[in-house]
Amino acid sequence: MTTHATNRIVGSSVPRKEGVDKLLGRARYVDDIDLEGMWHGATVRSTIPRGLIRSIGFDRSINWSEFAAVTAADIPGSNHIQLIAADQPCLADGMVNHCDEAILLIAHPDKHRLREAVNAVHIEYEPLPPVFTIEESERQNVIVWGADNLLKNFLLEKGDVDSVWSGAAHIVEGEYRTGAQEHLYIENNGVIAEYTAESGVTVWGSLQCPFYVHKSLLAVFDLPEDKVRVIQTETGGAFGGKEDYPSTLAAHAALLSMKSGHPVKMVYDRMEDLAATTKRHPSRVRHRTALDHEGRLLAMDIDLATDGGAYSTLSSTVLSRATLHSPGPYVCPNVRVRSCAWATNTVPYGAFRGFGAPQAVFAIERHMDEIAAAIGLDPIELRRRNFLHDGDTTATEQVMREPVILDQLLDRALAESDYHARRARFAHENASSPIKRGMGIAAFYHGSGFTGSGERYLNSLAGVDVTPDGKVRVLVSSTEFGQGTNTILTQIAAEATGLGHEDVIMAPADTGIVPNSGPTVASRTAMVVGRLIERAGLQLVSLLREHAGLGAHYSRADFFAACDRYRAVQGAVVSLCRYEAPPGVFWDDQKYRGEAYPAYAWSIHVAQVAVDTVTYSAEVEEFWAVQEAGRVLNPVLAGGQVEGGIAQGIGYALYEKVLLQNGHMANNQMTNYIMPTAEDVPPIHVYFEEVPFSHGGYGAKGIGELPHDGPAPAILNAIRDATGVRCNTIPLLPEDLFHKLAAGQTVEEATAV
Amino acid sequence: MNAGRSFIEMTINGEKRTVQAPPMKRLLDVLREDLHLTGTKEGCGEGECGSCSVRMNGELVNSCLVPVLQAEGASIQTVEGLASNGKLHPLQQAFLDCGGAQCGICTPGMLMAATQLLAHNPHPSMAEIREGLAGNLCRCTGFIRIFESVIAAAAQDVEQQAQETPHAR
Repeated sequence: MTTHATNRIVGSSVPRKEGVDKLLGRARYVDDIDLEGMWHGATVRSTIPRGLIRSIGFDRSINWSEFAAVTAADIPGSNHIQLIAADQPCLADGMVNHCDEAILLIAHPDKHRLREAVNAVHIEYEPLPPVFTIEESERQNVIVWGADNLLKNFLLEKGDVDSVWSGAAHIVEGEYRTGAQEHLYIENNGVIAEYTAESGVTVWGSLQCPFYVHKSLLAVFDLPEDKVRVIQTETGGAFGGKEDYPSTLAAHAALLSMKSGHPVKMVYDRMEDLAATTKRHPSRVRHRTALDHEGRLLAMDIDLATDGGAYSTLSSTVLSRATLHSPGPYVCPNVRVRSCAWATNTVPYGAFRGFGAPQAVFAIERHMDEIAAAIGLDPIELRRRNFLHDGDTTATEQVMREPVILDQLLDRALAESDYHARRARFAHENASSPIKRGMGIAAFYHGSGFTGSGERYLNSLAGVDVTPDGKVRVLVSSTEFGQGTNTILTQIAAEATGLGHEDVIMAPADTGIVPNSGPTVASRTAMVVGRLIERAGLQLVSLLREHAGLGAHYSRADFFAACDRYRAVQGAVVSLCRYEAPPGVFWDDQKYRGEAYPAYAWSIHVAQVAVDTVTYSAEVEEFWAVQEAGRVLNPVLAGGQVEGGIAQGIGYALYEKVLLQNGHMANNQMTNYIMPTAEDVPPIHVYFEEVPFSHGGYGAKGIGELPHDGPAPAILNAIRDATGVRCNTIPLLPEDLFHKLAAGQTVEEATAV
Repeated sequence: MNAGRSFIEMTINGEKRTVQAPPMKRLLDVLREDLHLTGTKEGCGEGECGSCSVRMNGELVNSCLVPVLQAEGASIQTVEGLASNGKLHPLQQAFLDCGGAQCGICTPGMLMAATQLLAHNPHPSMAEIREGLAGNLCRCTGFIRIFESVIAAAAQDVEQQAQETPHAR
């Protein structure tokens, strides 16, 4: 075999690496693990959205000597959760800024005793006026964060927008809103923590980013790096919801362990997880767009606002991605995006698949259909006239140096969905039917990897080693939570080393064992970490050739024999590689100009939707997704990512509503927070066009988040097509559609000026 | 210490088991805590997500809603009872081949629901598959590859494996 035999394993649908364990029910999720002498922890939470804590009382009906209790006063280090800023306390100290904020922790050997004890803690508050909406926060009558409620803002400018309006043939305005969305991973957040004076803190948990948790624990416990160890357990879904929150939960469990002298397990039940953990940022986006007589974009003025919740957490980076995705996949000489993330007294909003892009893409892709209607152009044709092509520049003046095949993707989407024929048929049938059908599309990109200079700051390290019993191990902190990390990275390592997929395993995602390959977020694993593993695998073969006599052509036995010789001399067989930015990449963080992302994945979504004008329900009947995400490493897994993302996007558009009452999630149960079921998801047709990206793992770009960006605008555009009614806010529930249709509103919100 | 506890006898995956537990303890907790069968998962605790699905006397139940007292004398099949002699059940194999499992947390319950479906309807239509799995939520897959897995398994002779009484192991 040779190391140049590409297509051997990469590109084939090898089975999921940990699949058999999951199917047999023997995969060990955190709640499946018990440690000797383990106690269980619970959290006493704020019942008001904002106020001062006056007193904490313990009801005498409980024998508190059996319990361990922890408050902010027990924190040995700094009382904050280290992320980007340090404004979020680990435990509220004297003041609460949102409902369900953690104030006090308790632990007991019997988990069934905890609920009664939580209810026997009485907290008295002096309430302060809360802020619940973007509008209230930006009015700044009540200041709830910093000096002005502004968590972060950006200004992106290209050309001179204001010089365009007077000479434009058309100016179209619109306002678009999106609601919060819950991840609804089926496994709730959970950890086990053990503290000892000798070893420090060890945490096992359901989490995406072991080194985020590690960094956060260092601050809370004021410990050196080697006294904190974080180990990911099998993780039952995450979608961004286990990016930052586990840092808080791990600190809580570890504090209880320190206080009680026992390992402590904290696993949230569904109601607590829904009420207390992060969600997708709600948004409001206003577009003002100038076009010439032919429907070419002259200027885009975009005002984007998100609700960040009570603390800054990841709001700045979510806002950044929203800003950079807000102009859509179009060429425009004059662009201005003013964006702000505002503080409110709700649970902090956080990372969720798409990370600001779904909000931005909803607005621009809904707006494109309103522009088309306002200027009398077909929505497909409007998009075609304005698509980015190779050599064009984006709003940040990034030159598209890699091929951009939007026209090809669009052609394929229209052909596969039989778009024009269906649309014509529905227009005819709708006239005489209470069921109105329509077709809608969305065109969009998703930037792969961290924004701007992010990957250079991360400076990821990853690699492979070879165990004495003859396995190549992938050394990464990149985690598996269903999306396929284990499988694709072992495929890449097998490909690069010329071995079989069965010869490669994952090292445990344990900060005591693996290097920091960065967080498992931002559609970066296949592209960035995959490339590091490809390089490390090729480097390993070179090392074995140079130092251990491995021949140009070698068998599996030759390879491991060479490893044994290498180990005998060097002590260990290890090959690590550090991130190298693609050449010529420039990013200016101040002016927001340059290469916003190293690569983009591109997609066209088409939705067929039926609106029942008797029940006011909207049903997605069929869905098509065509995408270019570089090389497809594993077709079954990649297809699964697209289908799963689309199902979540359908929920985002039509089902999933986070109902806040006085800042507390009122529908914090699966009974009344509704996601699409097996009976709701339509047939989904998935097609890939492959344009390998030279700086991605065997040509891969990111695929995980892309499919969540398009469904909501495609579906609402289809509803517009079916009914003629503009719906610019999601989620769009039947009661919302009732108000729209019953009011006969066909002109509002978007206005041709 | 054992006040308020009852002896409950059940047949779990073909094996007679006796537990001593409070009669209102959830079957889910008895399986996980007393019998250490942690393949059965809790997702919501209120019968909405189906992650805790097991087969009890040939019916699919949410084990989070069943007090163990109600399982006295029952024959129960969990995910641990699907594979036999080290060989994956055809449904497990199909889920592996078709990408029916991603994060895996809904998978045990989904497998039990699919087993139940095929036991009563060896060659279900797409509409029947959707209905049969409607009580089991999956947040990763969008269900498409789960449907394909069930179709692939149904294409094999699974009637033997899908008998209502689980095999003794």
